[in-house]
Amino acid sequence: MTPPPSASSAITHDALAPGHYVNPAPFDAYTAEAMSAAEERFYRASSIKLIWWKFRRHRLALASAIFLLLVYLMLPFVEVVAPYRLAQRHADHLSAPPQGVHLFHEGEFVGPFVYPYSFRFNLDTFKREYIVDRTKPQPLRFFCRGESYDFWGITTGNFHLVCPPKDGTFFLVGTDKLGRDLFSRIIYGARISMTVGLLGIAVSFIIGLTLGGLAGYMGGWVDATVQRMIEVLRSLPELPLWLALSAAVPANWSPVLVFFAITIILGLLDWPGLARAVRSKLLSLREEDFVRAAELMGASRTRIIAHHLVPNFMSHLIASATLSIPSMILGETALSFLGLGLRPPVTSWGVLLNEAQNLAAVNLYPWLLAPMVPVILVVLAFNFMGDGLRDAADPYS
Amino acid sequence: MAMVLYLLRRSMTMALTLLAISALVFIVIKLPPGDYLTNQIDELRSQGDASAVAKAEFLRQQYGLDRPVWEQYLAWVGVWPGPNGMSGLLQGDWGWSFEFQRPVNEVVGSALGLTILVNIATVIFIHFVAIPIAIYSATRQYSFGDYAATLVGYIGLATPNFLLALILLFYLNRWFGVSIGGMMDPQYANAPMSMAKAQSIAAHLVVPVIVIGLSGTAAMIRRMRANLLDELQKQYTVTARAKGMKPLPALLKYPFRMALNPFVADIGNLLPHLVSGSVLVSLVLSLPTVGPVLLQALKQQDQYLAGFILMFVAVLTVFGMLVSDLLLAVLDPRIRFGKR
Repeated sequence: MTPPPSASSAITHDALAPGHYVNPAPFDAYTAEAMSAAEERFYRASSIKLIWWKFRRHRLALASAIFLLLVYLMLPFVEVVAPYRLAQRHADHLSAPPQGVHLFHEGEFVGPFVYPYSFRFNLDTFKREYIVDRTKPQPLRFFCRGESYDFWGITTGNFHLVCPPKDGTFFLVGTDKLGRDLFSRIIYGARISMTVGLLGIAVSFIIGLTLGGLAGYMGGWVDATVQRMIEVLRSLPELPLWLALSAAVPANWSPVLVFFAITIILGLLDWPGLARAVRSKLLSLREEDFVRAAELMGASRTRIIAHHLVPNFMSHLIASATLSIPSMILGETALSFLGLGLRPPVTSWGVLLNEAQNLAAVNLYPWLLAPMVPVILVVLAFNFMGDGLRDAADPYS
Repeated sequence: MAMVLYLLRRSMTMALTLLAISALVFIVIKLPPGDYLTNQIDELRSQGDASAVAKAEFLRQQYGLDRPVWEQYLAWVGVWPGPNGMSGLLQGDWGWSFEFQRPVNEVVGSALGLTILVNIATVIFIHFVAIPIAIYSATRQYSFGDYAATLVGYIGLATPNFLLALILLFYLNRWFGVSIGGMMDPQYANAPMSMAKAQSIAAHLVVPVIVIGLSGTAAMIRRMRANLLDELQKQYTVTARAKGMKPLPALLKYPFRMALNPFVADIGNLLPHLVSGSVLVSLVLSLPTVGPVLLQALKQQDQYLAGFILMFVAVLTVFGMLVSDLLLAVLDPRIRFGKR
């Protein structure tokens, strides 16, 4: 017995379902779906903003990002940060141990200072010995004029963040066998070591994006070929191939050419992961409605790829690229460490570590291992930041 | 039957991959300008040593270095008659080491076994360590142990293994006066295999295996933990618990087996990194694996020796991937029957 549709239907409805309440007020879509200010902000934010909000919540990733930013900002000004020049030799201080920075002299606060030390050759043990003179504290100078340097080949300067005391030395992590300040060399080495990763990833990014894009969008035999190439490269151990390729760099090339050759070698083997990601994303995205819409509106292939597809997964790509920068930095370090990568006078952390290859040397002069510290810090920071980016890359999930 | 077909198909792809790799390797070892003998001839010529030049020229002919490159490649693989007839990788003739003046077989013979030993030991280590820790972490999520494992994992993942080897080498030497370098104590070097020698090898294997395996272990723990956490939330696990199954069987019988799948699939991805790591760590710890020989061969342009070692590490990873795929096929019938 269905009641006839009439003006009294509301009443019969009530009668049919006792206890069922319907709000008599007219339905207004705007008030019903009104959002709080915070929600409103979230829904209207651009995806970059969303990614940033999500990334910000990873404390460790954020701290790593700031650390890396500071390091990269330092790179153009290494001359200012380092107390000495890259190749400046101190003939009186060969293989000198690190000079500790102290604050208190005989219970009295002096500020940051070092004790001078002088070199003596022990004829009994045939070892170099450094005698620290604990009577004369030598205060360090900050924001000071010190060793002059050639700044970018434009001008000469002598301003430093920190300088050795007057008539004194300041070797924070000691010197190498030629009497060069290791701390300054590590700072200078950052320039090469930190850019190798970026250039290498740029190379692999271009190759990966092109090949992955071609494979994903063209399909057919192009896809099959690229897939086989990826499979072959992924099943090869990277390092032995890196070794072989850098051994093929002719010995008579200039250090700059060698540097570029090494970055290209590092990037050349790293693209399969990126290409694979690009391909799979393209395959899934090209079935989406917005691509069909663009096609129907007559957009060209290149336009669809560049304007509709790539922006959709760029954040993922950048995140995964960040995660492969450390392997490049390590690759360069390993190659130079083994003597197949960069060669002096180009100075990178790997080149510096090359001197630490000999266990006997390391036993006598353990501070030669110091370039390891920045390598590990940078690699850790890139990993943490990459992890945070990867989590934040998809802000809608 | 399906399994046999799968095995056949998989072996076919492996053969093709190896073919592509062999071409790549050959290109790479041919990249440096000149070759060992040309360099030697140049050197001898500058010294005016005519008889030695004649000898080197003879060697060039002997090893077919005067032939076109594609012929050299085919002869190296062993599908084209070289100077000594059909004799290449496929026939088990791995070429001649110019530097050592001996066949490659003799130069690297003993290193091959040790390389395989180190890598297998590392794979076993990774599994024995990663699985229990991952299970513990997943079942006690957010506990102290879980956090500790995550932290150690993070550090393990990011610490470069050859630097770790260098640090360990330094500190163990300094604190305990033990040398962890080398594969065995010196007195066993030329001794025949005995119980004591095996023990010495095992003791020297511990540090390299941990160093090489650390990042792999960390990656495995993370993956396994994530997989297991996914499975533990699913309804069948809840059902199993609600039915009153004991916790451990309820864990191992269903969710664990599901989580194992992607884990096994990942061994294939892990292997190239392991082999890479083992080459580098061997160099630092002076383990007599193929690593140090490769470095020296590359530096001296000893092309057939370098080429063979590159080929060997490639075969090692590709074969390991085959094994991991076969394991996966045993575990998961969907793969066996060619469906995704």
